[in-house]
Amino acid sequence: MILADIANLIRSKNAGPFTLTFDIMFADLASYRRVKDSGALNPAAFAKLYRCPVEKVRFFECENALAFKFSIPRPLIQGQPGDGDMHGGQQFIPLMTVEIP
Amino acid sequence: MVAGLLLHRLISLHQEKMSEMANEELQQIRFISPIGSMGGGISSAALDEALAQSPHFIACDAGTTDAGPFSLGMGAPAFPREAVKRDLSLMLRAGREASIPVIIGSAGTAGGDTHVDWVLEIAREIVSEHDLTLRTAVIYSEQDKAYLKRLVHENRIFPLDPAPPISDSIIDGSTRIVGMMGVEPLQQALSDGADFVLAGRCSDSALFAAIPLMHGLPPGLAWHAGKVSECGTLVCETLGKGVIFTTVSQNEITIRPYGNGLRCTPQSVAAHSLYENADPYLHRECSGTFDLTKSTFEAIDRLTVRIRGSEFIAQPYTVKLEGAELAGYQSIIVGGIRDPYIIRQLDTWLGSVRAYIDESVSRVLGDKADKSLYSINFHTYGINAVMGALEPNSKHLPHEVGIVLEATAPTQDLAHKLAQLSRQPLLHYPIKEWVGSITAFACLHNPAVIDRGPVYRFNLNHVAVPSTPFEMFRTHFIDLGGSST
Repeated sequence: MILADIANLIRSKNAGPFTLTFDIMFADLASYRRVKDSGALNPAAFAKLYRCPVEKVRFFECENALAFKFSIPRPLIQGQPGDGDMHGGQQFIPLMTVEIP
Repeated sequence: MVAGLLLHRLISLHQEKMSEMANEELQQIRFISPIGSMGGGISSAALDEALAQSPHFIACDAGTTDAGPFSLGMGAPAFPREAVKRDLSLMLRAGREASIPVIIGSAGTAGGDTHVDWVLEIAREIVSEHDLTLRTAVIYSEQDKAYLKRLVHENRIFPLDPAPPISDSIIDGSTRIVGMMGVEPLQQALSDGADFVLAGRCSDSALFAAIPLMHGLPPGLAWHAGKVSECGTLVCETLGKGVIFTTVSQNEITIRPYGNGLRCTPQSVAAHSLYENADPYLHRECSGTFDLTKSTFEAIDRLTVRIRGSEFIAQPYTVKLEGAELAGYQSIIVGGIRDPYIIRQLDTWLGSVRAYIDESVSRVLGDKADKSLYSINFHTYGINAVMGALEPNSKHLPHEVGIVLEATAPTQDLAHKLAQLSRQPLLHYPIKEWVGSITAFACLHNPAVIDRGPVYRFNLNHVAVPSTPFEMFRTHFIDLGGSST
């Protein structure tokens, strides 16, 4: 099964002009735990998916919000010529197809 | 850090003084957050409903960096004047009716002096149209460049991560720099009798934490209440028209919406601290960090959530800086390509088009267009325009590709000419599959070139260490309405 089939929201957004942040949220504790226990979401896997150094990846498991969060430096600063996503809202797509064993 | 400790002491003295000045220290403070951004369209029915619950104040954030650096650089607000006037009018009239203060922060989107003055002018109009009187505190947050350069030399400006470099020339090259104020200038204005506090760039949460802190309520709860309330109904399960009503007391926060079909749930409130923050637990403010690691969220009824356990860690006082500088001027051409022979070799073809453009620019404009001073970007919609280098699927070829050619140069005149010189090669650059002259690019417009005007970039992600929480901000008292206007 892929992450998009289990999560009820996967989103990306600027956290200030220099940081991109990704939230993966679930409807119930069982789904959250299933993904957590699979170990599929971790800084190394995220770094590979987003082609950035693993030491720049911040990862949070927020059980009270039934959510995981990743944050990385923006590849291009918001609004820099070449930046195609001013709000950072469409950068989550590679997370959708992460396999959850 | 002796200066830091001294400042720390000054702030706790200030907080003690503020508590004393709050006429009577209340055990509970109730407030309304009518909308996440002033101009978004307040629901007046929901506002009336919430007003019946005897709130102590109304506060509203009016700004963001989310839309990009243009507002700060250009001095232009992101919302139409009419939309801001409608929301501000609803709030000011509600405030006068209930005799409670109204606090607006990050006025005019970026909170620069020109943005603040723009909102002040709107407030004057409202006051005169509705025959109100308002003791108004206007707090400016734009920063003097000489002052900032002095701080740089005294090693009182520190980079956040990630941050661009800082130097005198970066400061001099900025179009506008603002400092993000904390609760202290707001509290001073309120204790000096302001009915209406109109603030430049301000921490969103501070707008809501200022008064609860003046009444000696626990800082962890006061700040967290601000954090969960500042985006309006975004804290609800699903977004909708309504207002947020929050109560802060000695040991808990309660939060609920007013508005049809809206509800706060433990998950929606807990999840809100994730939104637009790199770290979901630790939130840095001027005077310290509020820590949500131990926060608990429980449902009181179908609509209302109780929060407990949020903490605050006092730290040396810092003020976050935001700056914008001119990146150049832009002209663009919008169009598309449908020919499968070109789409299957699009990268190579655009590379050839670009080389041809550079060559004609140098031939036609010579010294006027130094290649190091201009740039030409192709955004290829359908391939990788949205994700750029992060696109995992750029080998997939669509049947049609949208293209935005974006020329950036030090002057609008040069950007315009670059785009003009790009049109012919985009239209006619040959491919070997077709013999004879082709027209490869479907222009959307005539004239094809659209001038975008100035474009800006954020050039600071730093904090300053002032010697008091007040020295970076200027408060002016103005009596609006009554006999003075």
